Amino acid sequence: MNTLILTSLEQGLIFSVLAMGVIMTYKILDMADLSVEGTFPLGAFVFAKFALAGFNPIISTGLAFVFGSLAGLMTALLFVKLKIRPLLSGILTMTMLYSFNLRLNGRANIPLFNYKSIYGDVPTLLLLAIIIISIKILLDMFLKTEIGYLLIATGDNEVLVKSLGKSTNTYKILGLMLSNGLVGFSGALMAQYQGFVDITMGSSIIVIALASIIIGDSIKRSSNKIKLTTRAIFGAISYRLIGGFAIDLGLSPSDLKAVSALIVIVFISYNNFSSPFINSLKKKGGKSDVRSKKYVEEF
Amino acid sequence: MLEVKNMWKSFNLGTDHEINVFRNFSLSFIEGESTAIVGANGCGKSTLLNLISGSLPLDSGKILLKGRDISLLPEEKRSSNIGRVHQNPSFGVSPSLTILENLALANKKGDSFSLRNLVKKDSIPFYKELLKTLDLGLENKIHTQVKFLSGGQRQSLSLLMATMKDPDLLLLDEHTAALDPKTSFVVMEKTKELIEKNNITTVMISHNMSDALKYSQRIIMMDKGEVILDKRSCDVSEKELLDIYTKQLVKKITA
Repeated sequence: MNTLILTSLEQGLIFSVLAMGVIMTYKILDMADLSVEGTFPLGAFVFAKFALAGFNPIISTGLAFVFGSLAGLMTALLFVKLKIRPLLSGILTMTMLYSFNLRLNGRANIPLFNYKSIYGDVPTLLLLAIIIISIKILLDMFLKTEIGYLLIATGDNEVLVKSLGKSTNTYKILGLMLSNGLVGFSGALMAQYQGFVDITMGSSIIVIALASIIIGDSIKRSSNKIKLTTRAIFGAISYRLIGGFAIDLGLSPSDLKAVSALIVIVFISYNNFSSPFINSLKKKGGKSDVRSKKYVEEF
Repeated sequence: MLEVKNMWKSFNLGTDHEINVFRNFSLSFIEGESTAIVGANGCGKSTLLNLISGSLPLDSGKILLKGRDISLLPEEKRSSNIGRVHQNPSFGVSPSLTILENLALANKKGDSFSLRNLVKKDSIPFYKELLKTLDLGLENKIHTQVKFLSGGQRQSLSLLMATMKDPDLLLLDEHTAALDPKTSFVVMEKTKELIEKNNITTVMISHNMSDALKYSQRIIMMDKGEVILDKRSCDVSEKELLDIYTKQLVKKITA
């Protein structure tokens, strides 16, 4: 049981980097970027490539970030320069990355047990916590800068950004690069954690990311005080813990994907319908009901 | 100050729905003066504003702002010298940011953006002073997200943000059309105050004849991409304006 919680926590921390990356596009730029399905395994395969070539694991993990952001650049250029719709741009990048990932090492599955990883010297949980908190602090600081605010404004109101004398395209490119860089980084962390890379690593990773973000959003929904990054981290860890418990209770791991999708459906529909529907359930027989009756009688 | 020279603009060129809005259109605006443009829907006044601001490209011709040809510059390059307030109150602000953050963004207009912190604590009093001029009590809720403000408050904030860096030219695109009459009056008064205080050249389009006359020095009426009236606002009565307006409409219907 304890190892279950520990594993879920560690994986949750790794996925919170993924969630923080996807926040950049899904929450801040307000667009669905599917290229992450390709950049997550890309990060893992890039790490494997350089690890096999004898590079230091820290450098290889950093390179996963670089390659991830290059993939983000590609998606951004597809829709900024070639005017392909963002959703399709992401799918195209993702598809190309599938072939690229297989090409990179010539194999769909590479064991990494015999290579040095960033884990091992320090307890894994502590190391991951340090990495994730540093990324969170850096991102929070970035979003408070002049450029960070322009990124937020680009997702909010492009007309305003143009009126400030800035091209929104620049900030879309920046957001996508940062987002996919983080996702690639998260992929490299995962590869080292599980000890192998596999071409299927990225499948439905977007649903995991969205589930994490949406769970994080439902924590004290009305509060402005909780930062987006904090929500992403809590969401990813909760998601992983829920998943861990579900498997422990007898759910087959292969069913977890369907459950993740269900979580996304339930939470999004809850957020969309919460006011009229839930309130009507809550308020049945309450004051408002009596009042409306009165009007009916008057009528 | 602002000169539109021999401008041509058509839409849907080469199709059955081809519309030639402007054919060899020229118009100039004088420094420090506020001009109101009125006219029925489809007369080209919104198109004119969009062409000046750069949200639409010209087919041919030139637009000179303070003697500089801006007709080939993209919208974001022109906007460092041009402020614009749109009809939709949400266009001038970033709804998910606070009032303070919005003002701080507007204060960087035209500058280069860096990795320094955007909101500086020591400039908060300056923003509060600015908000006080609006008289809406916004200075007491600078940490409120703009999406929680009313349309009138948002539009007043947009106005403040558009004029903050003393633009050479201010474009008002029916900016009170979405507001109720009372709020519309308040926003118009604020507009007047701001324009007069900073002596900004203004081009305003409006469907409200009395507002157009009251808040401008020069009035222009347009029809089918041509100027059909160009007078000092003080020399024209609202009735006169409405008469021409209806005459044009009747002509259009009977034609």
